[in-house]
Amino acid sequence: MEKRVVFRSAWLPYALVAPQIAITLVFFFWPAAQAVWYSFQLQDAFGLRSQFVGLQNFAALFKDGNYLASFKVTAVFSVLVAFFGIGISLLLATMADRVLRGALAYKTLLIWPYAVAPAIAGVLWAFLFAPSIGIVTYVLKGFGVDWNWIINDNQALLLVVIASVWKQISYNFLFFLAGLQSIPRSLIEAAAIDGAGPARRFWTIVFPLLSPTTFFLLVVNMVYAFFDTFGVIDATTQGGPAQATQILVYKVYHDGVKAADLGGSSAQSVILMFIVIALTVAQFRFVERKVQY
Amino acid sequence: MVENRPWLTFLSHTVLILGVLAVAFPLYVTFVASTHSLQDIMQVPMPLLPGDQLVANYAQVLGAGTTTGSKAAVSRMLVNSLVMALAIPLGKIAISIIASFAIVYFRFRLRMFFFWMIFVTLMLPVEVRIIPTFKVIADLGMLNTYAGLTVPLIASATATFLFRQFFMTVPDELAEAARVDGAGPMRFFWDVLMPLSKTTMAALFVIQFIYGWNQYLWPLLITTDESMYTTVIGIKRMIVGSDAANEWNLIMATAILAMLPPAVVVVLMQKWFVKGLVETEK
Repeated sequence: MEKRVVFRSAWLPYALVAPQIAITLVFFFWPAAQAVWYSFQLQDAFGLRSQFVGLQNFAALFKDGNYLASFKVTAVFSVLVAFFGIGISLLLATMADRVLRGALAYKTLLIWPYAVAPAIAGVLWAFLFAPSIGIVTYVLKGFGVDWNWIINDNQALLLVVIASVWKQISYNFLFFLAGLQSIPRSLIEAAAIDGAGPARRFWTIVFPLLSPTTFFLLVVNMVYAFFDTFGVIDATTQGGPAQATQILVYKVYHDGVKAADLGGSSAQSVILMFIVIALTVAQFRFVERKVQY
Repeated sequence: MVENRPWLTFLSHTVLILGVLAVAFPLYVTFVASTHSLQDIMQVPMPLLPGDQLVANYAQVLGAGTTTGSKAAVSRMLVNSLVMALAIPLGKIAISIIASFAIVYFRFRLRMFFFWMIFVTLMLPVEVRIIPTFKVIADLGMLNTYAGLTVPLIASATATFLFRQFFMTVPDELAEAARVDGAGPMRFFWDVLMPLSKTTMAALFVIQFIYGWNQYLWPLLITTDESMYTTVIGIKRMIVGSDAANEWNLIMATAILAMLPPAVVVVLMQKWFVKGLVETEK
């Protein structure tokens, strides 16, 4: 797509893109290049000297049991967040699409968690589930469940999943609702006349037609779980207990900032960049496919 | 609705009400906790109706922070958050709109190169280049400054795309008419494109306001001085130990203060918010 009518100026267009390009160069390309550079370097214990070690940092990472465990935690965490986030919001959106009365009120009451910072979402849920004073902990105790996410790794993972899903539901809900409202009523009506009940209509017509939205949300939720949940984890479990909730991003931060392992942390950054690129490509292939519908 | 099924309508409302309650429950408990004294909160179970310490708790955090954790006043943090939440969207809109104006309405060398350069930044979120970006900021002497908090976050591929997409839909006749009438490019930009872009700008503003207000990792890295903490960071600094050692009533009051502005923006500007959300992700 190109404009037919354009303006002519020898210097103006450069001046107009200059601010954006300057910031991009200084704060994106320069640090990204440095991350790649550091990932091939090994620093001594005092950070005074460094030497080129090739792929040694990467090799060390893939031999490191903690790093491989972090991959597994990230995989489990993001699948759980995406699955529950998408499932619950699809249910709510389907119901909201059905009701005539109060639809706007439901929508308003369901979208506000989008405005909550991930770190605050973490704090809220950590308080509800606090081992000694949490109100949910108290209720769970009534059911005979001993809840302590500070020492139990599965419960810690569950806590960060709940907080992350809670925050993401509103986003998924809005996209599903928009998707549902764009499905032609005539299709649903035709199926109803042929005698298909609501459940049958949902699974044979609505759900397949929503698949582009669902796939899009799958990618977005994966990206969310990979990166944006940093705040949730840092405000609650900080990767613990015993790295049970240490996702890849948190490990980059932990190794780089707290453990001051520049080479190892940069190598992890480079691997993460490849993951982002893969996810972005997946997202764009989906966009291309949608055009053909 | 295709057919009338009363029981299904009833079920829909039930599911939605349960959903709304589940979503609102943490907020309600947070609010209740922010209105009690610490002793009341420490009871198990904590009270589930609002108490009478609302004014005392909020006055305490706004003026002096917590007593055991961070002692920075939350009013100062709210100002810092507001600076971030305003500077980021305004900066993003300003630099993106002129960049996409240049890319759409001019032919110049390296045009596509610049376009791809901006595009690639989509693939480099702050989280994957934490340490080197921190070093760049430190080398530039921008730690603990508003410039350091905001400038690195205002480059945005999404905003540039959004404006580009919108400019593509503006009829060519408008630019042609402007040229015939002897208007230069900047005149056309100010008098024609800017007024047409208002809705796009409003939508972007809402989304980016929330983005700026809720930033976490970035301020966590570059603010070490209490006077530069944002509200979200402040809450994190108030949590100092195991769960019984924290002043939860004050932390929860701060959490309410931190959630209020973006939530109000989302609810009041719902139309722009939904538009912005759907369009920035296209």
